[in-house]
Amino acid sequence: MEHLEVLKTYKIYVGGNFPRTESGRYYKVYDSEKELLANACLCSRKDVRNAVKTARGAFGGWKSRSAYNRGQILYRIAEMMESRRAEFESQLSKIGFTATEASADVNASIDRLIYYAGWTDKYQQVFGSVNPVASAHFNFSILDPTGVVGIFAPENSPLLGLVSVVAPVIAGGNTCVVLASEMYPLPSIIFAEVLNSSDVPGGVVNILTGKKEELAEHFSSHVDVNAMMYSDKLSAEMKKLIDENASTSVKRVIKKPVEDWYHEKAQDPYFIIDVQETKTTWHPVGF
Amino acid sequence: MSNTTETKETPYKPTSPNSKLDFASIWEYAPAPESNDHVEIAERYELFIDGKFVKPSKGRYFKSTNPATKEEITEFAEATQADVDKAVKSARKAFNGEWSTLAPKTRGKYLYRIARMLQERAREFAVLESMDGGKPIRESRDVDVPLAAAHFFYYAGWADKLDYAFPGKKPEPIGVCGQIIPWNFPLLMLAWKIAPALACGNTVVLKPAETTSLTALKFAELVKDAGVPAGVVNIVTGAGQTGAEIVNHKDIDKVAFTGSTGVGKLIQKSLAGTDKKFTLELGGKGALIVFEDAPIDQAVEGIINAIFFNQGHVCCAGSRLLVQEGVVDLVVQKLKDRMETLIVGDPLDKNTDIGAINSGQQFDTINSFLEIGVEEGADVYQSKCSIPENGYFIRPTLLTNVAQSNRVVQEEIFGPVLTVQTFRTADEAIDKANNTPYGLAGGVWTDKGSKIFKVGAGLRSGVVWANTYNKFDPTSPFGGYKESGVGREGGLHGLAAYVNLKK
Repeated sequence: MEHLEVLKTYKIYVGGNFPRTESGRYYKVYDSEKELLANACLCSRKDVRNAVKTARGAFGGWKSRSAYNRGQILYRIAEMMESRRAEFESQLSKIGFTATEASADVNASIDRLIYYAGWTDKYQQVFGSVNPVASAHFNFSILDPTGVVGIFAPENSPLLGLVSVVAPVIAGGNTCVVLASEMYPLPSIIFAEVLNSSDVPGGVVNILTGKKEELAEHFSSHVDVNAMMYSDKLSAEMKKLIDENASTSVKRVIKKPVEDWYHEKAQDPYFIIDVQETKTTWHPVGF
Repeated sequence: MSNTTETKETPYKPTSPNSKLDFASIWEYAPAPESNDHVEIAERYELFIDGKFVKPSKGRYFKSTNPATKEEITEFAEATQADVDKAVKSARKAFNGEWSTLAPKTRGKYLYRIARMLQERAREFAVLESMDGGKPIRESRDVDVPLAAAHFFYYAGWADKLDYAFPGKKPEPIGVCGQIIPWNFPLLMLAWKIAPALACGNTVVLKPAETTSLTALKFAELVKDAGVPAGVVNIVTGAGQTGAEIVNHKDIDKVAFTGSTGVGKLIQKSLAGTDKKFTLELGGKGALIVFEDAPIDQAVEGIINAIFFNQGHVCCAGSRLLVQEGVVDLVVQKLKDRMETLIVGDPLDKNTDIGAINSGQQFDTINSFLEIGVEEGADVYQSKCSIPENGYFIRPTLLTNVAQSNRVVQEEIFGPVLTVQTFRTADEAIDKANNTPYGLAGGVWTDKGSKIFKVGAGLRSGVVWANTYNKFDPTSPFGGYKESGVGREGGLHGLAAYVNLKK
């Protein structure tokens, strides 16, 4: 029986839904043979703003989840990824990964999720403190998520790189707006489908596709984005633009230069605490 | 027996819960000035660069006045680009040379020496701090100077234990740190900056605020006396332009700034595109949330300390009172009664609660905010105490009938001015508390422990004081969320500002 393949429409992921870009614009995504793979959404300033609003709305609920629950949900993402591995591998193969490489990329992505799932209820213990103040007070410091984080996902590691930057941010109770790899955006949308079926509340991870060149300005100047995070080497102009815009609202800019996402240095709890605020509480001790 | 009868005849008993605290008609305070005979203030102070006191390259000096009397007390050198460059070079030389070859424990022992010498000269530093900046001697004596010494003592001990501070990482010093500090806690902010920087093996170029440079230069003498190698600590005086020269100097590796959010943003912007690290400790608009079940008298004491400590020149001051509706009248009445007892006056008098506003400029800023408050419809209440004729003094002030969107509620006044709002539910209190661009500190008063944790978790601020306020300790991390800054000072977390982490 003849079967004409049903091609998938790749949309963006905002607030747990898969809308198209409000701009109606698209750009063409090609495979390694220069054949058309899909029309991806070319997101606009308005898409960034919608996503930030959604991320802000989801923040209070997500940060209030217990550490145990966040860990379970990250683990669930790994489970769902395992069950969808064929689709990830197939997609990665189309953009130039060999079968072995694609499989290794999915394996490493799953393992990375489990790595951070395990950290959710431990980083407070390692990086928080009880402080022996000299007065009659009980004093302790905990880590509290920074808020809404704008993420530029790594350009050349469309799955493992993406997972490696998103997992620690949400493990710590932040919500995020991610701009996927510009040239290889499709794995990010498959990842969004995994998130969508993994008990991750809508709005915790929002994934946009489009051009960094266009959207860097809008991510970095949005005053309700508390932090910007990227790991690629950006152009000097873009780096400066992001820093300058960040200064208008004292936004944190976190640069995590990573070249090899398989390297052991590509995961550690400092990825989590880079987007945490230290909160110190005092209370008198007495009768 | 006769005493008891007399007390009964007194219209108000100061300690009874519903009476005015009418101390003045019962007794009067005699002046109790701290002597300043033993302190020496030179006619002029030079820059401290490479272990020596040197004249500024352009030969310019600026006057420093005592804000309580408006009398000039000394003058400081104005550091220009060439001076800052010299200071940075000297810090670089020390960083590449002697300082980095020292054993960490020796580095620590220099800090211990500094801590001890500060304790030995505590009285002198306290008097100078009050004369130069206007803060009450009781505060400089009991808070600023002891805490500064404690800070050096605390970080001294870290110098040879840094490998235990960052699990899985190897901390390395950053290099030359440019540090710019404000005028509200001159010596204490110097300690917050220099102690951790040196403990981690960095060298520093520090600029004190132009209105309060005196204790920094006295500190330079102490650094010399302690035998700290030349160039490790450099102190350059001047105004904003001097600060800008530090921030923009190519050979500065890290900038640490404490001051206003406006200047902090400018600094962050001017560092854009560079790989210089920075930490910012900026403004605040702390909320004081008082629930109906709070111990009201304790809460009132806490509020007084939250807003009137150091004339309200405190970035983490609790400057917005949020009272649950049922007790607002009681709290405001008690607050007014307690405000009447506050003594505003000579900073060197040990009875003084509120000293002088730090400068003419800040005096004008606060007064202009009071005008703004009136224009916005606020009711202004000021205590009726007498204030000295000379000098910059402002009575403790309440602004009631204000709205969340008012400028006096949203913006940092940095003076003895408290706004009063009400709330009904805990969620409303949290929403109002978080509804400013700032996030430095907040206070909660309630007798219910579970409520403290719930409200504390909801506050987007770096410090939560529960049933207390304005407490500081070297072991306790301090710093802001949102537009109140980046990074922490104090405690283990404060070390992160002064190291690069390598695996």
